[in-house]
Amino acid sequence: MGTFLKRHHWVTPLALLTPGILWLLVFYLWPALQMFIASFWHGTLETGFVFSLDNWTNYPDAVGQFAPFYLRSVVYAAAATMTTFLIAYPLAYTIAFKGGRFKNLMLFLVVAPFFTSFLLRTISWKIILGDVGPIIGPLKGIGVLPQDFHILATPMAVIAGITYNFLPFMTLPVYVALEKVDVRLVEAAKDLYAGPWRPGGLIAGGILGGALMGVLGLVFGVDWAVFAVIGAAFGGFVGWFLVSESFIRVTFPLSLSGVFAGGLLTFIPAIGDYINAELLGNPSTNMIGNVIQNKFLTQNDYPTASALSFAMMAGVLVVVAIYAKVLGTEELSAAAARA
Amino acid sequence: MADIEVRLVDVTKRFGDFVAVDAISLEVRDGEFFSLLGPSGCGKTTTLRMLGGFEEPTSGLIELHGQDVTWLPPYKRNVNTVFQNYALFPHLSIAENIAFGLKRRGVKADEIKRRVAEALELVQLTGYEARKPGQISGGQAQRVALARALINRPGVLLLDEPLGALDLKLRKQMQVELKRIQQEVGITFIYVTHDQEEAMTMSDRIAVMNKGHYEQLGEPEVLYERPKTRFVAGFLGVSNLIPVKSEGTADNYAILRLPDGHAARAPRALLDGQSGPVALGVRPEKIRLKARAEETSGQYNRLDGIVRHSSYIGVSTQYIVELGDERQLTVFEQNVERATKAELWSPGEEVALTWLPEHSFAVPDDTGGVVEQTGIAAVE
Repeated sequence: MGTFLKRHHWVTPLALLTPGILWLLVFYLWPALQMFIASFWHGTLETGFVFSLDNWTNYPDAVGQFAPFYLRSVVYAAAATMTTFLIAYPLAYTIAFKGGRFKNLMLFLVVAPFFTSFLLRTISWKIILGDVGPIIGPLKGIGVLPQDFHILATPMAVIAGITYNFLPFMTLPVYVALEKVDVRLVEAAKDLYAGPWRPGGLIAGGILGGALMGVLGLVFGVDWAVFAVIGAAFGGFVGWFLVSESFIRVTFPLSLSGVFAGGLLTFIPAIGDYINAELLGNPSTNMIGNVIQNKFLTQNDYPTASALSFAMMAGVLVVVAIYAKVLGTEELSAAAARA
Repeated sequence: MADIEVRLVDVTKRFGDFVAVDAISLEVRDGEFFSLLGPSGCGKTTTLRMLGGFEEPTSGLIELHGQDVTWLPPYKRNVNTVFQNYALFPHLSIAENIAFGLKRRGVKADEIKRRVAEALELVQLTGYEARKPGQISGGQAQRVALARALINRPGVLLLDEPLGALDLKLRKQMQVELKRIQQEVGITFIYVTHDQEEAMTMSDRIAVMNKGHYEQLGEPEVLYERPKTRFVAGFLGVSNLIPVKSEGTADNYAILRLPDGHAARAPRALLDGQSGPVALGVRPEKIRLKARAEETSGQYNRLDGIVRHSSYIGVSTQYIVELGDERQLTVFEQNVERATKAELWSPGEEVALTWLPEHSFAVPDDTGGVVEQTGIAAVE
């Protein structure tokens, strides 16, 4: 047996891969194929479905009809990925470098929400963001917010929900990447005159903070200029006092592989998500996932639903391919450090 | 007297209850190759890290070129470090690694380019600009780390066991290379190592460290020929140490009585300032073995012994010779007069050990005469 395995060295890897391959064949590839076939169907549940390659027009019809939903999905997912990154990065950085003996506890707390059902967590956000909930209610009570102010059933709520639900998917890969950064490299950078990053941090932080809060203000429909100024001030403050040159030149570039992975892990599921839009949004915040869910389960319009799903998959693949090409991690780190 | 480039005054570093560096004071001259030598945990690396600014001393003063830098962060000090694991930035090319310090200091692009080319030439790596640290060998990475530090023309270059990861042959090459580069650029080098041979090969002066302080500081020859403590005698090379009792003086020599009854002489000056018990030391290569019957000139010290063990090493033969009180001494003999098996001394032969009194040294015998011989028999 030993010599047999040695001579045929492909046997062991194949044996190890077989369960996984079978699983994917039966539970992923087969249903996907079924759905792909369904996307070329025509008919209704009552009259029965007929397959024909001529029905490729299902695709342009479906995509054309629901283009705004695709666009909204991309915008929401991108915005949520961005905010997830802004929250997760400092969190992962703190755990990796300042966690000390609380490291494991903090990591546990990051994944602790997973112990509660996804649905339940999203519903509880409905309560948190509610018009008379624990945040908005008191603020309205003391007059900080106008009486007609609400977050629930706005794009903000949907993006906040996605951000919250996918936070661990960004935090963990970024943490892993940061954890691997050798602190001696940071010492080497400091030895080579990398000090505080004051002017650069002020400008970069100011622009980033200003732009982000400005957009936020626009989406909110409040005075975006005031928001932008607040954001710029905060970003500039953080950049001036907290960001060092060794971080910008060494730590951050070396953590980009984690940011890259975290970005994918957040963006891809977020684009197909429908729970957050369903529970925290309103009909005008529906994402493509809501449409697909509705077509499949309520209207029984399998051909359109399948065509929408496959169009989305193709779109995501293209986006990811471009993302990987443009931000291929190695070139990315070098470019970031060079800039 | 050359200018003082580095000055430590009563520098102490505590980590909790552990005293890593215990009130060290020393001065390093401008352009000197200075080594901190000692076993792991002796505080040499902590001392270096305080010079680099990576640790702050618990108390004391650190001066670089007359300026108090005790509390300055690394990026404000005119020193650069070659790290033990090189710490090259893996995401940057060799040229970008070397240019890192100049860029941070805002040097113009064309000057950076010129100086990077110069630095690569200095470490003989021209043509490697575009490679990544992952694509070069350990020896080359070591040179890049050196170039990356030297290009900034620091007042002092700190080297933390930079050759530790290299194999023996490459290490020997790099020792010569490092010394050449140091002489070429004329920068003060402070070199941390646990390898006594490495320290002796390159250094102008060495501080031999033990338990947070240095036991002796001086030129390599002085440390080797006249070690002042049992630790230094054992850490640098091999020493035979024999507890002795002083029995007065004759001419310029002190008469010393050995436990086996023999008397030996040593220059009187060696015992100056020694108050407690003393151990007489003699290096294995200073001792000549002769047949018992052979007459010895009166100017030599002479002990009788029996060869217990011999090992032929090529350039020399190492003998273990037992004295009358079963004390064992190590003797190295160059294979010049005796080289073939028949000519070499063999176990059981009765011999006389002779050496010149001037080749002796004396250290305080703080172990009460239990240990006869210290140091690892270095096999070359």
